[in-house]
Amino acid sequence: MVPEFGQFALILAFCLSLILATLPTIGAARGNLLWMNFARPLSAGIFVFLALCMVILGYAFVTDDFSVQFVAAHSNTLLPLQYKITAIWGGHEGSFLFWTFMLSFWMLMVSIFSRSMPIDFVARVLGVLGFLAAGYILFMIATSNPFDRVVPLAPQDGSDLNSALQDFAFIIHPPTLYMGYVGFSVVFAFAIAALLSGRLDAAWARWSRPWANIAWVWLTGGLALGSWWAYYELGWGGWWAWDPVENPPLITWLLGTALMHSLAVTEKRGVFKSWTVLLAILAFAGSLLGTFITRSGLLTSVHAFASDPTRGVFILGFIGLTVGGSLVLYALRAPLIRNESTFAAVSREVLLLVNNILLVVAAASVLLGTLFPMVYQAITDDLISIGPPYFNAIIVPLAVVLAVALGIGPVCRWKSTSLGYLCSQLTRVAIASLVLGVLVPLLVTLEFSLSVSIGMVLAFWLFLTIGRDVVNRVLSKPDRWQALRTLPASYLGMQLAHFGLAVMIVGVCLTANFSMEKSVLLAAGQSIDLGNYDFQFNGTRPITGPNYIGDEATIVVNHNGKFMRELHPEKRIYVASNSPSTEMAIDAGLFRDLFVTLGEGRNGGAAWSMTLYIKPFIRWVWMGAILMGIGGITAALDKRYRKLRARDQRLREAGESLSPKPQTV
Amino acid sequence: MKPHRRKRLAIILFIAAGLSVGIGLTLYALRQNLNMFFTPSQVAAGEFPPGREIRIGGMVKEGSVLHADDSLEVRFVATDYASDVPIHYQGILPDLFREGQGIVVEGQVDRAGVLQASRVLAKHDENYMSPEVKAALDAAHVERPGYGQVSEGVPDGT
Repeated sequence: MVPEFGQFALILAFCLSLILATLPTIGAARGNLLWMNFARPLSAGIFVFLALCMVILGYAFVTDDFSVQFVAAHSNTLLPLQYKITAIWGGHEGSFLFWTFMLSFWMLMVSIFSRSMPIDFVARVLGVLGFLAAGYILFMIATSNPFDRVVPLAPQDGSDLNSALQDFAFIIHPPTLYMGYVGFSVVFAFAIAALLSGRLDAAWARWSRPWANIAWVWLTGGLALGSWWAYYELGWGGWWAWDPVENPPLITWLLGTALMHSLAVTEKRGVFKSWTVLLAILAFAGSLLGTFITRSGLLTSVHAFASDPTRGVFILGFIGLTVGGSLVLYALRAPLIRNESTFAAVSREVLLLVNNILLVVAAASVLLGTLFPMVYQAITDDLISIGPPYFNAIIVPLAVVLAVALGIGPVCRWKSTSLGYLCSQLTRVAIASLVLGVLVPLLVTLEFSLSVSIGMVLAFWLFLTIGRDVVNRVLSKPDRWQALRTLPASYLGMQLAHFGLAVMIVGVCLTANFSMEKSVLLAAGQSIDLGNYDFQFNGTRPITGPNYIGDEATIVVNHNGKFMRELHPEKRIYVASNSPSTEMAIDAGLFRDLFVTLGEGRNGGAAWSMTLYIKPFIRWVWMGAILMGIGGITAALDKRYRKLRARDQRLREAGESLSPKPQTV
Repeated sequence: MKPHRRKRLAIILFIAAGLSVGIGLTLYALRQNLNMFFTPSQVAAGEFPPGREIRIGGMVKEGSVLHADDSLEVRFVATDYASDVPIHYQGILPDLFREGQGIVVEGQVDRAGVLQASRVLAKHDENYMSPEVKAALDAAHVERPGYGQVSEGVPDGT
């Protein structure tokens, strides 16, 4: 009976989103205050009913209700409780419900934190989001209902959650990624609302910025967690594999990063407006495309859900409707947009334009590489695949140019900067980073490598230009300590995120160039050297987990002849699905990771195949991502947004009341 | 030309230059990194570009897997039940590599007609078949005895 309540709640949420998609928007067009005021309570209602759906599906998992198809396919009585709950997003139907629930959560947040915006704007924003929610829920009801029953006979036990998903990262990676993905729908809704109202001004950009920042932070976190998970659970031995389903979040991230920078220009200088709106639409399209690729089954990937074509067709239609519709609206309204100022050929605007072009080109090339096999097959009927070398060949040169421009951008001034000023600021920094970037790796490794030098020069270039800019800001003030403490949060956030990129460049560059790996077959007692380490295999012992059995190996690691630690990689067989799974053993460190994966036992387990890796500086990749995330949060918390919000609110109250109160600004 | 026109022209040229560099790089990289897919029958008939990395899909023939005793060398046969391709691989096979299951292999065919594999990918889902394996079996007009989605052996729910 309980799952039917879920069904019922889902349908109610659908009805509410249909009303939300129409009533407040029409109200905004006609100036009907009552209709517009429906937007907030309707959003709250959708959130409540979708939350109820989540609770009910969770309840079905926890109580092992295998009469529900989705539960039977993704759970098992032996599954530990935390994975029973998170199995909600372990399959197509449930993860779509979760996705839509996230959207309703963002809607609730918008309806709460929008007090300072005019009600017609809020009504339009929530109306657009309501339309999206209606589309998603309709998709669920029509093609992938998580509450579908198994009739007539429910299975005795479920077929278990995929073993690779039974892992801590699975609890947090999908929610984080979805929050980011769905967050860009909010920025999209702001852009569409601005187009609808015809008010594409600095205020719109200012309202959007914190939301874009927060969505971007979630997406950054989701990507970093996914990369970390792929590294330690999937055993790809790397932090990024250019998998077709890894790519769409990256495309969205690249477009979202471009959008954040372009929003800054629009807010501060009143230019790039139509471009910013277009980016908001594109970033949203990127997030929808991610959904399409994951769920249509058109691409072969580790992530792809087993799926049927009607789902793909529905999502494609929905993309056509929303993205096509918004582009038509954009085409109608864009000619009316006027830029409010001009800028010279050397100015911060131009460098941010460079940033935008590079990021969009990068996004487009990743998209091309991801979709090309599909298009090629449709045209020629031949199957092809595009390997990681393609993506590396494109992204690496773009990233190099981007990093160079990034060093110059913050030092540059808005509107116009003289070349002489730039040279006076950056010549010494450039020379220092060239010298350090070449010499430091040379002295440490005693050999010259061009790619390492380029990477390190760029990293030093970023570290030093960031340092230079902060010092400039502080030294120009009489009270330096005071100046340091009162640097605006948005400025600190920006520099922190840029610093994170530099840290990431160090990690990517050194991991790519100095990683070592060896696959070997070792009998118990044998050992093998790799780098300065010696790995001795001391046999395996059988282990039993809650829902799996397996073998655990003991590997003694000696560093320069001295005992360092033991590593215990495992090979598991999950009982319910009879599927094997490999658990890596990792010795994580700031400067290098040691990483062992077990292959298979030979000769009755007397010898095992295994792969050993040394990954220098790989943690820096994720540390960089964490710094970027902290930077994004810092920037979103800037006092400026709250101050201006308070001002907006006072202005509006003053405007709305018949007898304006005296203003104290 | 008026100054603002000139500036707009400069911006447009700038964007066009950036785009063409991007497109040029992209096309170059695409050309270098296309892996064509072939079926075992095509490989057996010699219908593939020699000396290039190719991908084949098929089933691991029952009883064909031979491990070396003291190294990670392994030989097996990929089949579409019409033709066979012998495969040589040095390394650890994916968790889900089994006889009679669908796989995709990347590598080059040497003079002896053996595919020297650089990567072996195995299916990870009981209910879904890789388009590549399916294409190979369809092309050979064989009823598929098993299913398999291709991957490096690992799925994810996102």
